[in-house]
Amino acid sequence: MKRQVESAIEKFILLNGVACIFFVVLIFLFLAREGLALFKTFSPLDFLAGTRWYPISTPPKYGILPLFLGSLIVTLGATVISVPLGMACAIFIGEIAPRWLREILKAGVELLAAIPSIVIGFIGMMTLAPWVKYLFHLPTGLTALSGAITLAFMAVPTIVSIMEDAITAVPKSYRAGSLALGATHWQTIYRVVLPAASSGIVAAVMLGIGRVIGETMAVMMITGNAAVIPTTILEPVRTMTATIAAEMGETVQGSEHYFALFAIGLVLFVISFLINMTAGAFLHRERK
Amino acid sequence: MVSEPLLKIEVKSLNVHYGSLQVLKDVTLSVNKNEILGVIGPANSGKTSFLRVLNRLIDLTPDVRVRGEVHLDGINIYAKMNAEEVRKRVGMVFALPQPLPLSIFDNVAYGPRRHGLHHAGKLAEIVEKSLKAAFLWDEVKDRLSTSGMQLSGGQQQRLCIARTLAVEPEVILYDEPCSGLDPISTAKVEAAMFELKKRYTQILVTNNVKQAARVGDRVAFFLMGELVEIDQAGRIFTAPRDKRTDDYVTGRFG
Repeated sequence: MKRQVESAIEKFILLNGVACIFFVVLIFLFLAREGLALFKTFSPLDFLAGTRWYPISTPPKYGILPLFLGSLIVTLGATVISVPLGMACAIFIGEIAPRWLREILKAGVELLAAIPSIVIGFIGMMTLAPWVKYLFHLPTGLTALSGAITLAFMAVPTIVSIMEDAITAVPKSYRAGSLALGATHWQTIYRVVLPAASSGIVAAVMLGIGRVIGETMAVMMITGNAAVIPTTILEPVRTMTATIAAEMGETVQGSEHYFALFAIGLVLFVISFLINMTAGAFLHRERK
Repeated sequence: MVSEPLLKIEVKSLNVHYGSLQVLKDVTLSVNKNEILGVIGPANSGKTSFLRVLNRLIDLTPDVRVRGEVHLDGINIYAKMNAEEVRKRVGMVFALPQPLPLSIFDNVAYGPRRHGLHHAGKLAEIVEKSLKAAFLWDEVKDRLSTSGMQLSGGQQQRLCIARTLAVEPEVILYDEPCSGLDPISTAKVEAAMFELKKRYTQILVTNNVKQAARVGDRVAFFLMGELVEIDQAGRIFTAPRDKRTDDYVTGRFG
């Protein structure tokens, strides 16, 4: 009896594990089938390198370059803001803060991660966008910069918590060894702790970027949704994710436009996959 | 007393608490220049805490309170010096050999670089001198750029001694430096200590009573945070004044 229960539980767990992979494969196959269908009627080169996204003109143009660049500029902006902020925060929590403050800060960072992205987007739209408009004398505050700042706040919790884990995992003996040689606290952090934690730090950055590039609702609310190639960060842009979310409801299933949106999804999938692979490779390297 | 040139370190009425736990009780002793002081005692006797007081590494322990005075060349290291300065002058070798995750060369050059020396030629000179003094040069001279973590345990420990020497301290503290080493490596570390006597004052905390007898000029016996006895090594091991010392060195407890 006991053995049967044991074996049943094992099979159940195995089934769950296999199901996870099975669903991922199914999702990918579905995405690939629907996305690649676009290329029966539309050239892949015009899709990837086309500078115009006019899905309802005649003939329609499905060039995702403006959307790709929109995602890129928002993501880069968010990275530039969130990485130094997250890194400084992780170093402070992991190395400098006294124990009682550390617990408070960690709880705070987790709380930040718990805020729904739509709420962050809403706050950004109501408070941040008017400031951007005012400070830079723009016709609208809904710009790539506003999006980057908003998304940075979503990436920071991810970056801080993974980076802090990596920093805390550095053996105490490294710090003691460095300090015993008369190095200062900051020299020890900069010369010993951060290099020793470097693979975890890179992984944290990659996962933060992954979080940003996949974000949809907040970025749709705050970037102004103009599918044009951005020349500065102070212009409205539209990201790949926002395009799918905004247009999916209006397309006819099986139409060229519908397939084009899936093709964008495919591009996003590949980008996210590559980012996660890179992060995983660095995390794995650290464990060895 | 303070102007007495033979005294390198003076400890006066030292009390150390971790939270509500007292780990050192009213310890008063002095260490002479160029001697090796062996410190023995069972687990929890406070000997490692004592060592960490001497180079202020104890500052890193949360909730620690240090009362009493520690003088290095007559200067109070808690009141008149900053921690980095103390640690530069009072180096420490830990129980487990723990090289930094750097090359052999960079491990030894780490200290001097942090103190502002970046001249390549001078660094190379210091690295060679330090590795030679730690009896490691011949074994590693052809692979200075490989990771210090690939060395054997005994080599790593001598690398740690070398990196301590590279900052040119005046005092070297050893916290059970041979606890993880085989007898041959231990002999090499001890040989290095004898050689270093000419220039350095050394304090050796050890669980190995015989090692204290072999290496120490004088030996201090700690028990439950108290300094029971400090005397010439010969005397401690043949005719200790305190019965507890006798019991410990003859292996009746501890």
